[in-house]
Amino acid sequence: MDLPNNPVLRLRAQIASLEGVLADLKTQLIDAEAYYNQSASAKADSSGHLQIQTFSSSPFQPLNHHEKTFESLIDQLDLSQEDNWGRSGKLTLQEHTRYGRQLIMPEIGLRGQLRFKNAAALIVGVGGLGCPAATYLAGAGVGTIGLMDGDTIELSNLHRQILHTQKWLGLSKVDSAVEKLMERNSENHYVAHHCNLDQKRAVETMRKYDLILDCTDRPSTRYLVSDAAVLAGKPVVTASALRTEGQLMVLNNPPKSLDNPGGFCYRCVFPKPPPAESVLSCGEGGILGPVVGVMGVLMAMEALKILSPLHPDHGYQDPTKASCDPIPPSLLLYSAYSNPPFRSIKLRGKRKGCPSCSDTATITEESLKSASSDHAAFCASTSPAPPPNTSRISAKEYSKVREATESPHVLVDVREKVQFDICHLKGSVNIPYSDISRDPEASIDKLDHAISDGNSNTADGVSLYLICRYGNDSQLAANTFKTLPRFQPYAKYDFKGDISGGLRAWTQSVDPDFPEY
Amino acid sequence: MDTKADDEGNLPIVVEFTGGLELLFSNQRKHQIALPSTDENGRSANLAFLVRYLCQSLMTGRRKDMFVTDGTVRPGILVLVNDADWELEGEDQYELKRNDNILFVSTLHGG
Repeated sequence: MDLPNNPVLRLRAQIASLEGVLADLKTQLIDAEAYYNQSASAKADSSGHLQIQTFSSSPFQPLNHHEKTFESLIDQLDLSQEDNWGRSGKLTLQEHTRYGRQLIMPEIGLRGQLRFKNAAALIVGVGGLGCPAATYLAGAGVGTIGLMDGDTIELSNLHRQILHTQKWLGLSKVDSAVEKLMERNSENHYVAHHCNLDQKRAVETMRKYDLILDCTDRPSTRYLVSDAAVLAGKPVVTASALRTEGQLMVLNNPPKSLDNPGGFCYRCVFPKPPPAESVLSCGEGGILGPVVGVMGVLMAMEALKILSPLHPDHGYQDPTKASCDPIPPSLLLYSAYSNPPFRSIKLRGKRKGCPSCSDTATITEESLKSASSDHAAFCASTSPAPPPNTSRISAKEYSKVREATESPHVLVDVREKVQFDICHLKGSVNIPYSDISRDPEASIDKLDHAISDGNSNTADGVSLYLICRYGNDSQLAANTFKTLPRFQPYAKYDFKGDISGGLRAWTQSVDPDFPEY
Repeated sequence: MDTKADDEGNLPIVVEFTGGLELLFSNQRKHQIALPSTDENGRSANLAFLVRYLCQSLMTGRRKDMFVTDGTVRPGILVLVNDADWELEGEDQYELKRNDNILFVSTLHGG
């Protein structure tokens, strides 16, 4: 029978279906009322040392006639112990429906679902990686999800940070995420950490969780997540993304313990931090939404695999058991514009003498707390900062130069062409800093050419200004130009200065209609 | 597999750059190159020689320090020989073979 085309049948089916939901809700209400009457006094939150709020629907008690079956199953599965928030794992009627599609999969089953329900995962960073990762973990029914981030939502986050929406601009990422995750699945318990990972409290915070997802955005926190998780004995799923590429690893899996040397850690792969100037943020290098989204989704899948390892019946052993061989160390690479786009590379694994995870580890909980191992300093630039360009002018001063008709000059915009094409100041000439640094002489030739092409003023001693996005590259370009003969006094170009703060300062102090991107 | 050099004494290999390193090499991820089969001292070409060769012959960017520091690949770059960490293959002493794939991966930190 064709339901959608027969309104009578369709309505009957809808009513029957909704009555079923209503009946279920009524049963739950009775349970919930009973629960609240029993524990009228407010639940004390044992984790109040951080700036934490917890969000959860009431932990519904399962129906009596199911209890016996579950009890025996849970005993058998050793899932009866309480988690850090004092709850044990049993499925409600509604949970059978909610998780039905994954529950019937042999990889998950009732056993896996109960493991999810009793598990606690900490998501460090609720941005481009954290949003999709949290969404799938919440949907899958991971019972406790910690969300840690000290940032607020900016307009430039929205193309990729899929939990955050326009009406939340300027508000806490963690609060926004909790609200959206509650809408998706209010059965879970959400723990809000309105802060960034702090090396003094990292280990004790992680101890409350079973698994850590490293969704952060800078090297110093990546080392800290790994170091603290090794000390807390928790596995880590770590991923990162920039431009069109992403990388993913599973660290400390199985976790290091007294009777298990544990899997490799972040320091085993990258014993030395990269030079600070080689590290680009998404704001500097750019990022495509689906690229970081894919990585976040992959993190969620790796997390589910760790929280509910396949049963031995499926030819796979629980990796948390000491007898099991560690998972072969690998790094997954995703490159959206490469063919093939995915590639898994074999890593060396644990490093002898690793300061974090080896037998001779020097990083301890005490050294983290006492800040004697300072992660920010460890990752700070090791090379000296470039000498400051002394001839700088403010955006305001430069705007006066532009207003004065008797001051012909050339403005060189040293941003990459793709950025110059988005927006630029009228009359400016584009010579990207990447070209200038590669071949300064050739870039000056290009400047000569551009000026003689578009402007009759080719007289010697023409005034020259440099500008970029934030005022960093223009300074570097100025330093490069100054060393060239054509920039010596009385030569062709009279270098006046670069605009400090770049085009951002131009928008802020001269022309608010100039786009900031 | 034929591991010998071609008639002109060059080893055909594939060199790939990811994680932003391609910006130093004409913004091109994959390069088919013919590496001299022996280094400056007449020894078989190894990864240390390849890294020197890349800096001299393939690099277009001026920021050599974004690729090499203290005579070797800088921290934060993984070197993969046929998709396996070079530390499993003898690091920079690994002797290159015909049709090897050498991948340089710069670690990413955005999220």
